[in-house]
Amino acid sequence: MGGRSRRQRRARGTASVAEALLWLGPALVLIVGIVLYPAITLVATSFGTYSITGLRKGDAGISNYTNFLTSPDLPRVIGNTGVWVGAVVVLTVLIGLALAQFLSKEFVGRRFVRWAVIVPWASALVISSQLFKLIYDYYHGVLNQLLLSLHIIQKPIDWLGDNHFTMASMIAVGVFVSVPFTAYLLVAGLNAIPADVYEAARIDGGSPWQIYRRITLPLLRPAILIGVVLNLIYVFNSFPVIWILNGSNPGFGNDTLITYMYKLAFRSAQHDVGLSAAAGVFNVLIILIAVGVYLRLVNWREGKEA
Amino acid sequence: MSSSAVMRTVPRSRGRGWKNARKWVLPIGGIAVMVVFLAPYVVMLLDALRPSGEVLATPPAFLPKTWTASAFVQVVSDPAFQNWLRTSLVVAVSATLIVILVAIPAAYFTARFSFRGRILFLGLVVVTQMFAPTSLVVGIYREFYDLGLINTYTALILTDAAFNIAFALWILQGFFSAIPKDIEEAAALDGCGRFGTMVRIMLPLTLPGIVTAVTFTFIAAWNEYVVALTLMQDDALKPLTVGISSYVTAYQQNWSQLFAASLIAIVPVVILFALIEKHLVGGMTAGAVK
Repeated sequence: MGGRSRRQRRARGTASVAEALLWLGPALVLIVGIVLYPAITLVATSFGTYSITGLRKGDAGISNYTNFLTSPDLPRVIGNTGVWVGAVVVLTVLIGLALAQFLSKEFVGRRFVRWAVIVPWASALVISSQLFKLIYDYYHGVLNQLLLSLHIIQKPIDWLGDNHFTMASMIAVGVFVSVPFTAYLLVAGLNAIPADVYEAARIDGGSPWQIYRRITLPLLRPAILIGVVLNLIYVFNSFPVIWILNGSNPGFGNDTLITYMYKLAFRSAQHDVGLSAAAGVFNVLIILIAVGVYLRLVNWREGKEA
Repeated sequence: MSSSAVMRTVPRSRGRGWKNARKWVLPIGGIAVMVVFLAPYVVMLLDALRPSGEVLATPPAFLPKTWTASAFVQVVSDPAFQNWLRTSLVVAVSATLIVILVAIPAAYFTARFSFRGRILFLGLVVVTQMFAPTSLVVGIYREFYDLGLINTYTALILTDAAFNIAFALWILQGFFSAIPKDIEEAAALDGCGRFGTMVRIMLPLTLPGIVTAVTFTFIAAWNEYVVALTLMQDDALKPLTVGISSYVTAYQQNWSQLFAASLIAIVPVVILFALIEKHLVGGMTAGAVK
């Protein structure tokens, strides 16, 4: 694989920047206009004050940033974000690893299992979230009903309204919708490990656990790292799960940085677009750091994968 | 071949007993996995097949007492639903067309040629893939507000297209790079220009890649939520993802209709997604700067 891709790289012709602009132009226009320009607009907005209807009233200097950073809600929101991202990513990668190991084995009906795993991945997140909102419902949800009939709980739990359970309930849904992609990614990683490596280890008398720890895990490391970083970005950015499941709770008690930012601009009483933009810049900086890590990882992988 | 031969000759801690057992254990485990991932959607289907009043029974019954498809009939004949469906179709199809039209030349060119700024361009594409529009949504809102494009298909189509160029580009680039240069050189000798070579020789060979890119982009645009929630405030212009939540509000709780509409929105894309299963991971992780 590596050798071939390197040969191809050498075989690539050269072209002038002018010609490149002709071929890449349309893509560039879209990316600059709809991705980069809004980023610049976001920064510009964060230095302005706006009326509730969205008209720019004047310059705010850095007051949006100082208001954002000194907001009494911020520590709670940052804490929520840490718990949400940390728990979802760790659980997703661990469960994804186990599921990938399972799905990479040959067995009757495996194809159907893989299709079943795709369902939460292909479904719109907002739709799955609304589904879980009913499943979690205190009165009408099947979860309480199921747990009561199995005598796991003695009285129903308000999964989304009781502050002890809200975050954990959202994390469970976050994991549920993130595991499929992660498992698929890790199955691809497992399939890339040559079979003769395992044979050699077996001939040397390695036990299955030894083989897993000493051979599978180290060779799977690049795939695991990419899974971790991509999930960090996706889960941090994740909006619908928290937006829907936490939707009927007042205040910012269970919000992450992303939903907090959104509420500041579009749902809070003050409709403060400037303040929200300052929060948005803060979020973008966090994602940029993660993207930087990702780019280093894939670069480092470059030699191995075309 | 050889691996199974070795497995049979080398004594292992788990011997013949495990080999026989795994014939049963693995499929049973498979069924358990299917149950976990499908169960919530089975609940959705069963709730869509009973009257809304029954969904709100306490305690809830697993199976409907009255089986009825009336929620599906009501949803399909609901003018509001038809509007949302139209928006979803128009936006997803248009965004997909744009993505394919801009990604094909870009993928072909970056696969075949070196030029100054190539790495910068590909890096930019990775960044768009990582920046789901969510974090930029306030900026996107302000841009379209200034342009007077709030509540227009155009704004939604352009946003869905821009943020989904990356997947199509990586997939197509992979297919273009895999085509031997000789084929192209032969075409050039026969008098094909660069563009002619791409259209007549390369595109037919990359058809599977194009199908994958089209499917993925369509689904991504079809499922998009946060930008549509922000830009489309006129009820008639909302796409399905945003519109259908009005079946369940503080004032009315039509869960059966919400779930009937949800199933109409997810079943086709789940099937499409399963068809491109093999290429998914490649397109989502191929952000390697090649």
